[in-house]
Amino acid sequence: MRLNDDLIESDIAAYLEKHEHKSLLRFITCGSVDDGKSTLIGRLLYDAKMIFEDQLASLESDSKKVGTQGENIDFALLVDGLTAEREQGITIDVAYRFFATDKRKFIVADTPGHEQYTRNMATGASTADVAILMVDARKGILTQTRRHSFITTLLGIRKVVLAINKMDLVGYSQQAYDDIVDDFYAFADELATDLEIQPIPMSALEGVNITSKSNETDWYDGPSLMDYLETVPVGDRRLNTPFRMPVQWVNRPNLDFRGFSGQIAAGSLQPGDRVKSMPSGKQSTVQRIVTATGDLDQAVAGQSVTITLDDEIDCSRGDVLVSADDPSEVSDQFQARILWMSETPLLPGRRYLLKMGAKTVTATVNAPKYGIDVNTLNDVPAKTLELNQIGVTTLSLDQPVPYDPYDVNREMGGFILIDRMTNDTVGLGLVDFALRRASNIHWQAMDIDRSALAEQKGQKPAVLWFTGLSGSGKSTIANALQKLLFAQGKHTFTLDGDNVRHGLNRDLGFTDADRVENIRRVANVARLMSDAGLITLVSFISPFRSERQMARNLMADGEFIEVYVDTPLSVAEDRDVKGLYKKARAGEIKNFTGIDSPYEPPQAAELRIDTVNNSPEEAAEVILDFMREKGLLNGG
Amino acid sequence: MKTLTHLDRLEAESLHIIREVAAECENPVMLYSVGKDSAVMLHLAMKAFYPSRPPFPLMHVDTTWKFREMIEFRDRKAKELGFDLLVHVNEEGVRDGVGPFSHGSAVHTDVMKTQGLKQALNKYKFDAAFGGARRDEEKSRAKERIFSFRSAEHRWDPKRQRPEPWNVYNTRINQGESVRVFPLSNWTELDIWQYIRRENIEIVPLYFAAPRPVVNWNGVDIMVDDDRMPEELAKTAVTKSVRFRTLGCYPLTGAVESTAATLEDIIQEMLLTTTSERQGRVIDADQSGSMEKKKQEGYF
Repeated sequence: MRLNDDLIESDIAAYLEKHEHKSLLRFITCGSVDDGKSTLIGRLLYDAKMIFEDQLASLESDSKKVGTQGENIDFALLVDGLTAEREQGITIDVAYRFFATDKRKFIVADTPGHEQYTRNMATGASTADVAILMVDARKGILTQTRRHSFITTLLGIRKVVLAINKMDLVGYSQQAYDDIVDDFYAFADELATDLEIQPIPMSALEGVNITSKSNETDWYDGPSLMDYLETVPVGDRRLNTPFRMPVQWVNRPNLDFRGFSGQIAAGSLQPGDRVKSMPSGKQSTVQRIVTATGDLDQAVAGQSVTITLDDEIDCSRGDVLVSADDPSEVSDQFQARILWMSETPLLPGRRYLLKMGAKTVTATVNAPKYGIDVNTLNDVPAKTLELNQIGVTTLSLDQPVPYDPYDVNREMGGFILIDRMTNDTVGLGLVDFALRRASNIHWQAMDIDRSALAEQKGQKPAVLWFTGLSGSGKSTIANALQKLLFAQGKHTFTLDGDNVRHGLNRDLGFTDADRVENIRRVANVARLMSDAGLITLVSFISPFRSERQMARNLMADGEFIEVYVDTPLSVAEDRDVKGLYKKARAGEIKNFTGIDSPYEPPQAAELRIDTVNNSPEEAAEVILDFMREKGLLNGG
Repeated sequence: MKTLTHLDRLEAESLHIIREVAAECENPVMLYSVGKDSAVMLHLAMKAFYPSRPPFPLMHVDTTWKFREMIEFRDRKAKELGFDLLVHVNEEGVRDGVGPFSHGSAVHTDVMKTQGLKQALNKYKFDAAFGGARRDEEKSRAKERIFSFRSAEHRWDPKRQRPEPWNVYNTRINQGESVRVFPLSNWTELDIWQYIRRENIEIVPLYFAAPRPVVNWNGVDIMVDDDRMPEELAKTAVTKSVRFRTLGCYPLTGAVESTAATLEDIIQEMLLTTTSERQGRVIDADQSGSMEKKKQEGYF
C-alpha cells in the first residue's frame, strides 16, 4: 500500500500540497505474456491502490471465467484490454496505464513482446524514460530479450531494469540470478555504451521485490522495483543540451503582438537570450516568455510557451528557434535508421511525407544500405523494408530542415513517414547524420537556359505521359502523334518502356520497388529532354499513381500532360500483340500489370483516350487538338 | 533550474496537442460536455493560444435530458470566455419522443448522443473534434491514440490505429474522414481534480454535495431535475445530501451520498473511496467490453 491514507484523512490540504509537486516518470514494460509482464503491471496497480472495488469484483469474476490462475486473482486480466486480445490471451497494442505513489506519478506503456509487434514497442519506447525488460528466471536471456533491449535503446532509452521474474520457480536461487545478469552484461555492451542497468530478482505473482524488499532474496542488496522507479533520476538529458523549440503556431492576436508558440524540445531559455530561427539563420533576442498566467523568467525543456522576439524576423510554423551560440544544423539529405510500420513495404525511390517536429516535407527514401536483424543485431542485406523491419538508409528532402542527431535529441531527430495516398503513418525514422553532399553540389547556373534552348527550336517543351495497360495502344498512339508533330516541324523524342528497359534500365525487374525506380529514372530523363526544349512522348505502363505524380512534380508547371490510354483489360488481353498476357495467365511472367500486379487508373489525367471507339490516328488528332488549345504548338 | 511537476508536464503536453490541431486541421471543434474534464480542456485551450483566442468553436450535443444546472453553466461559461457555442439536438429523436424513461438508457444514448454527435459532425463538416476522454477511464480507452482516426462513417477501428511515436502526430486525412483528439489522454481522475484545484477552475455545482431530491431507479439514486420523470417515480423522492462524480443525462447519472462540499472534500472522498468513477454511468454496466463496441459504432 503506497498512498498515505493517514494524511488523506487527517489533512487533505497538506496531502494535496505534497502531491502537486510530484514528478512524472514514464516507463515501458517489455516482455511476453509468459514472462508475467501483465501480472507485474496488475500487481503494481493493485499495490498502489489503483484498482477500485467494482473493478476488483469484475476482476474476480473474470479470473474465474477466463483466468489462468485457478481460484486466485489473475492480475493480467486487468491490463489486457480489447475483447479480441482477451480471447487470444495476448496484448496486441500499446496500452497506457497510470498510477501514482506518494513520490511520483507513473505512466506505463504496456507493449506486446512478439516480433510482429515491434512497431508497437517502438512507439511505447519513444516517450519512455526507463524500460523494464522482463526475463523468465527459468529461461534466462532469450532472443526476445535481445530484441527488446535493442528496440528500447534504439529509441533512446538509457535506463533499463532487468526484471528477472518467476524467481519463485527457481527457488530464489542466487546462482540462477547471477548467471542471467552476467549473460545480459556481456550482451549489453553491443547496445549502447552509456546504458545504465539495474537487475532485480522478483516474483510478480508472489509480490516479491515489487513494492518492497522481500526476505526470500536476502542475498540481493539492490532496491525493490518500486524503490527504483520512485528514485531513479528523471533524466532530463534534454535540460543540459542547447535550447531548441520547434515553432508550432505563430501567435498573432493583433498587429502589436507576434509570438511563437511551441513546446521546448531541449535546454532552457531566459529573456535576453540570443536565438536563431532555423533554417533561415536570422538572429534575434528573446523579449518575453509569455504564458496565460504571466511572463516567465525562465522556461525549460518540456514546457509549452509563447516567445516574443526583439526583431521582426521571418519565422513560421515548422521553423525551429535555437540557441544562437549553439545552433542546430540544417540539411536536406540524411542517413537515418528507419523502422517500417506498414504492411505495404517501403518502395525505395518513392516520395513520402516526412514530419519532424512541426515541419512536414516531401522525402525520397532511398534503397536501404542494409537491414538490421532485431534478434541478432547483425547487418543483413535489404533491398526494401517490410513491416517491423529496421534498416539504415539515406533520404533526400525537398527542402532543408533543422535537426539534431536522434541520439542527442529525440524531438529534433525523430520523424515519421506518411504515405501520400493512404495518409497512413508507415515509418519511424531516427536521424543519424546529414550527408554533406547537399551543401557541396550546387546547381550549375547556365547562361543558356532552358527557355533559350526551346526558343532556338521555335517550340514549347512538353512531356506527354502515356499510361495504360500493356497492349492498350500507348506506343502506337505515341508513334502516330510523333508523326503529326514531326510534320509540323516540331522537335520530338519518344521514350518507350521496352526500349529503355534494354539500356538505361536493364538492371531493373518488375517488382513494385523496381517499377518505382524505373519510372523515377525515366521521369528524370524526360525532364532533361524538356530542359533541352524537346517535346517528349513517354510511353510507359507506369501503373502507380504516386509515381506518375512524382513525374508530374518534376516537370515545370503546365508541361506535363497525362494521357490515360483507357483500354479495358479484356480488350488488351484479346489483342495480346506481344503474347504477354497468355504467358502471364500461364504463370510464366510474374508481376504482370492487370493480372497479378495492380494498375491504378489516373483520377485527373489531362486526357483520356478511348481506344475501343477510336483508331490510333484519331486519338493522335485528339491529343494534337488539346496541345493546340493549350498553346503548346505556338512558337517558343 | 526549474523542475516540472507531473501537472506541469501534463499541461504542457495538452497545450502542444491542442495547438497542433489548430495549426494542421482545417475545421476543428471542441466538444464540450460541461463536465469537469471539459472544464479542464476548455481552460487548457484558453492557455494554449493566449493572448489569442482559441481558433475553434465549442459544440455541445444536447440530449435534452442534461441537468438544468449544466445548461445554465454551459451558456454562461461560453459567453464569459468568448467562445462560439454550437448546440446540436437530434431533432428526429425529439420528434419521436426518445428519452431514457420511455426508451431505456441504450436506445436513448444511441439516438440522442451517438447519432446526435454524428449528425452534428456531418452537418458542420468538422475534420477534427477534441474530446475530454482519458485513458484511465476504461480499458479500451487505454489503447486509443491521442489522435484517433475515424472513417467517413465515424467508426473507430482498433486494429488500424496509426502508430504515434514521440509527440509527432499525423493529422492527415482523406475527404470525409475525421480525427477525434484527446488532449487529456494521459491525465487521471486525480490529476484532473488536482489541476482544477491548482488553477482554480470553476465547475458545475452538482459536483459538490448538497441536499437534493432523489429517487431510486433501477437500483441507482437519481435526481428529480424536472417534471418529465414519471409521476409515480417522482412521488418517491426523498431529500439526501448527494453529489455527482460524473455528469450526463440526469436520469442516467447516479448520485452518491456525500457531504463533500469543497474541492478538498471531494478529493479526499475520492482517494478514500473504493468505487471507480464510471460505475455511476448506466451505459457501461451491461457487459464487459461494451464501451469498445460503442466506440466502434461512433460513440465518443
